[in-house]
Amino acid sequence: MGLAVAAFIPGVALACLAAEMIWQAYPSIRDNGTSFFTGHVFAISSGYSGTASFGILPLLWGTLISSLIALAIALPVAVGGAILLVERIPKRLQGPLSVFLELLAGIPSVVFGLWGVFTFGPLLSRDIYKPISKLGLPWLSSGVTPNGSGMLTASLVLCVMIIPIIASTTRELLRSVPQTSKEGAVALGLNGSEAVRVVTLPFVRTGVIAAAFLGWGRALGETIAVLLISNNNANGYPHSIFAGFTTMAATIAQDLDTALTVPAALHALAEVGLVLLAVTLITNFIGRLIAQRFGGGAGLPVGRGV
Amino acid sequence: MSTAVVEPEVGGLPGEPRANSGGAARKNRDRLTWGLCGLAFLLIVSPAISILISVFHQAAPDFSLSMFTKTTADTSGLSNAILGTLLLLLGVLIVAGTIGVAAGIWLAEFAPPRLGGVLRFLSEVLSGSPSIVIGYVGYVALVTSFHWGYGLLPAVLALSTLVLPYVVKTTEVAMRQVPSALREASEALGLFRATAVARIILPPAIPGIVSGLIIALAISTGETAPLLFTANFSNNNPTFHLFHHSLGYLTAVTFNDISQPNTPGHNYAAQGAAAAAVTLVILIVLIALGRVVSARSRRATARMSL
Repeated sequence: MGLAVAAFIPGVALACLAAEMIWQAYPSIRDNGTSFFTGHVFAISSGYSGTASFGILPLLWGTLISSLIALAIALPVAVGGAILLVERIPKRLQGPLSVFLELLAGIPSVVFGLWGVFTFGPLLSRDIYKPISKLGLPWLSSGVTPNGSGMLTASLVLCVMIIPIIASTTRELLRSVPQTSKEGAVALGLNGSEAVRVVTLPFVRTGVIAAAFLGWGRALGETIAVLLISNNNANGYPHSIFAGFTTMAATIAQDLDTALTVPAALHALAEVGLVLLAVTLITNFIGRLIAQRFGGGAGLPVGRGV
Repeated sequence: MSTAVVEPEVGGLPGEPRANSGGAARKNRDRLTWGLCGLAFLLIVSPAISILISVFHQAAPDFSLSMFTKTTADTSGLSNAILGTLLLLLGVLIVAGTIGVAAGIWLAEFAPPRLGGVLRFLSEVLSGSPSIVIGYVGYVALVTSFHWGYGLLPAVLALSTLVLPYVVKTTEVAMRQVPSALREASEALGLFRATAVARIILPPAIPGIVSGLIIALAISTGETAPLLFTANFSNNNPTFHLFHHSLGYLTAVTFNDISQPNTPGHNYAAQGAAAAAVTLVILIVLIALGRVVSARSRRATARMSL
């Protein structure tokens, strides 16, 4: 019946995405071979200056480091915030305060970009980056821009973007902790935070790890916000955490316009997209597998945790 | 975490006055933990507030009625972008709405468990694929290979691929929350399965399904990456042409204006922020609507389950 056909469409769409990316990337895989993964320069425009070069090491590096910084900060913040919301804030206020989570989950990435460029970045640059850069520490000394655009700002914005995914999943998991276990902890004389550590956290741990994988996947694939805040620097590794960088997703959005007329570049971007797709699907896959195997309790949200 | 062992309190035998050192340390650690959780919660709430304030503040010079009457050819106008976004939402509602709801109903009511599990998993994994990859495939396959050109249909299809998993998931969950007593009763009365689903089980699930559609619309409102190379951009008010007619939409205005330097008479920063502000207003309306609907859905299922 018709309904059954509809149920196959998401799977078919996924297969089409992957097939089209492989098909488009094939010429690049054939021509660039392993130098694609070992080259240090990614430049598509062969225009007037020199030849095009397709080495994605700097893009891979930028994607991994920025998403890991984001995840490392987002995880404790999201979990801590969710614990406070569920365990300490009265039931009546939980609903209204959760609006902030929904809002944060719903804010478009281009608005995060706008905020990063005009508000958050300049603030960080003036009050935090400049004083730190004067200390002359390695990785923390150069590359500060007036509007703060660069790796650390982009990572922090990514962090804000993935917090709602982890926090809303954690909130649902915390609500599913059996009341009797909590009461048992209190009966044993544990105080609030000890009860959380001994009873609640072990109960939700697997689910939180799974949600962290989802959040990581989102940070890996984020395009527009990173493109706006990264101070786009595809060539060469940044020598400082404040300096410009770029990611795989941002590079595709940045270069696709130029690549439309250059087949070799279009195929190279397809291979970048294929690598990105593979990486995000694997993180997503692992997250869902963890949730399915050991989870129980509340299921994972799709995508953004709305 | 393996901190499941709580140090025994010195002298903490029942009935005895507690030894001060242990108790005080525990109390301090409790305070510290909750303090950190509170800090984390603030770190979640403050970016949301900061984003709202900074976007509306920056957009203030551009707020006027001409926002709705002039097109973006003028920096005080947004009419083509607002109409374009609304048109895209309508398209997503038609395409992703029909397919997603049908798929969700089938997965909840008719799917064989094993096949259903696989399809569900694929749909969830699709939700993790990066939006720029969907944009790339939309461009290469729909715009170029199919010779559709930039236009409404490729843009709607790209967006629908992105939000389809959300509709599928929320529809399925809404159907499953309908108490099984209703299914048993309709079976006992000799109704065909399809009739029972359509007349008995679907109606109480509708609020839940609607809130899923609202989430899909909220995500569509904020997306940029899949649209950049499928809808392109146009300064003219949108038409209902499906092919070969570029389309303006709100997030593109923000995206393009961020990197435009202001010139006399053209305040691009304010126009970009105004577009972002209108996007946020649409989102807030959708979130509010979603809350009303999901509260209704909770009440409906609560009444059903006696």
